[in-house]
Amino acid sequence: MADAPETPGWLRWVDDHRKWLFAAPAMIFVAALLVFPLAWTLYLSLTDAEGSVRAESDFVGLQNYLDVLTDTARFWPAVGRTAAFTVVALLFEVGLGMAIALLLWRPFKGQRWVRVAILLPLVATPVAVGMMWRLIFDPNIGMANRVLGWFGIGPQPWLAGQHSALPTTIFIDVWQWTPMVVLILLAGLTSLSDEPQEAARIDGATTWQRFRHVTLPLLMPTLTVAILLRGIDALKTFDILYATKGRGGGSFHEVETLNVYAYGLSFDYNDYGVSSTVLILFFLIIIGAMWALTARRKEAQR
Amino acid sequence: MKPRASYQVFRVVALTVVVLVLLAPLVWMVAASFKTNVDIYDPSKALSFSPTLDNYAKVLKQANYVEFIVNSLWVAFAATVASLVLGLPAAYSMSRFNMKKSALVVLMARVIPGVSLLVPWYYVFSNLRMVGGFGVLIISHMFVALPLVVYIMMGYFDSLPTELEEAALVDGLTHVGAFRRITLPLSLPGVATAGILSFIFSWNNFMFALVLSDADTKTLPVAIFDFVGYASIDWGGLMAAATVVTLPIMVIALFVQKYVVSGLTAGATKG
Repeated sequence: MADAPETPGWLRWVDDHRKWLFAAPAMIFVAALLVFPLAWTLYLSLTDAEGSVRAESDFVGLQNYLDVLTDTARFWPAVGRTAAFTVVALLFEVGLGMAIALLLWRPFKGQRWVRVAILLPLVATPVAVGMMWRLIFDPNIGMANRVLGWFGIGPQPWLAGQHSALPTTIFIDVWQWTPMVVLILLAGLTSLSDEPQEAARIDGATTWQRFRHVTLPLLMPTLTVAILLRGIDALKTFDILYATKGRGGGSFHEVETLNVYAYGLSFDYNDYGVSSTVLILFFLIIIGAMWALTARRKEAQR
Repeated sequence: MKPRASYQVFRVVALTVVVLVLLAPLVWMVAASFKTNVDIYDPSKALSFSPTLDNYAKVLKQANYVEFIVNSLWVAFAATVASLVLGLPAAYSMSRFNMKKSALVVLMARVIPGVSLLVPWYYVFSNLRMVGGFGVLIISHMFVALPLVVYIMMGYFDSLPTELEEAALVDGLTHVGAFRRITLPLSLPGVATAGILSFIFSWNNFMFALVLSDADTKTLPVAIFDFVGYASIDWGGLMAAATVVTLPIMVIALFVQKYVVSGLTAGATKG
């Protein structure tokens, strides 16, 4: 067919420049909401800004960084909790997620129901999930202690205990997000071909050997994606911590992670200079963790 | 490949435990929302109780939840539509022109902790007198939804063969016309996936609305906190509120299960 003559000039121009005309609006939107705030946060971290976002502030250089990095009362415990929360939650989520995905791998009757059960926690509103577990873990009227009672175990303080609060919030995170790991790994498992499995079986490999030396290496890229996605979100966990323990992560800051700490500094104490410093450090930690994981991934692919 | 019988038994038992652990708490939440506070405190009334709608009446009438439901629906809907409008062409361009670095800019939004953006946002938007309005809520939720759309749709466009587009060009369509009339209609399953996930993530979002909404524009996840007092908690009301927030999204997810799963696992198997 001949070149349609009715194509107006401006449309032709649009067509020739479609690459950036298509991509730019989304990029500008994200960059505007991202780059300026980050630059501003970086600037604030070098000042003593506090009180009101409009108040005058003085440049204090790296003083905030010195203060924060030597703060063993709030900052370093928050780093420890963030690391503990992320690592322990990830270990359970990946371990349980892998086990459940393997159980679901081959089709069976009633599969639909299990998939429904897996989907529901995943899409449930995290704040509502936090409230739900608050009732279940209530030391006096909660179901959790009653269930323990059936097994002859005494009541636990759960979220109310100074040392049990963080493990309990980790449990909630594991409950809600293990299904995510299951779904990702299941998608990975289903895309694997059966042939390497069969070959290993003919060679006499045991079930464990087949998992360890055939399935796991083939699944490694998918597993890394799951760890990366879940790890980033676990580091940034806020909703369930705030819903279960409120401001400051409880009266002893027992679940105060970096995210909760920075939120409190910003919006409860209006201590913008220090909170920006914490956020910049937090951001560096996230980038560092991601870099370490992707570096490992590239190594694994080689 | 026939697994042994002992494995089958183990599998059934293990999966039953998994299903129970995942579903029992949700059942418990919904059950408690139909109980009086007296019954919630009474262990013998765990499952045998006379259901009451009082909690829901309290939530919907006294606590103004109808208004918050409308707020949540409006913000999630607007953020989803706007993210699709911006995100679909962007994902298409990034997929066809292999713009990896540009895609990274958009995906950074997923990595950054929201708190680090909230102080500057609050400053700018309060100077623009937008804090507490729907505009700023929709913009902040788009910040969550847009990267999702781009991430999911880039994968989808990558997997779509380019032959049909090329045929359309031969037939005299412009590139933009081929995108609009050929590629987009072919991508409807992907668009549905991206739209549904955007809606869910926006509906569930808590932190942005916590800072940027006011009494009239509050979304449901923020409104839940009205039931947590300093002295004591109205458990029945709280569970009814939690059910109102989360049950609709769970029901929707069940109906469109296929799309939700493909959205959540997008990009997982590309390696």
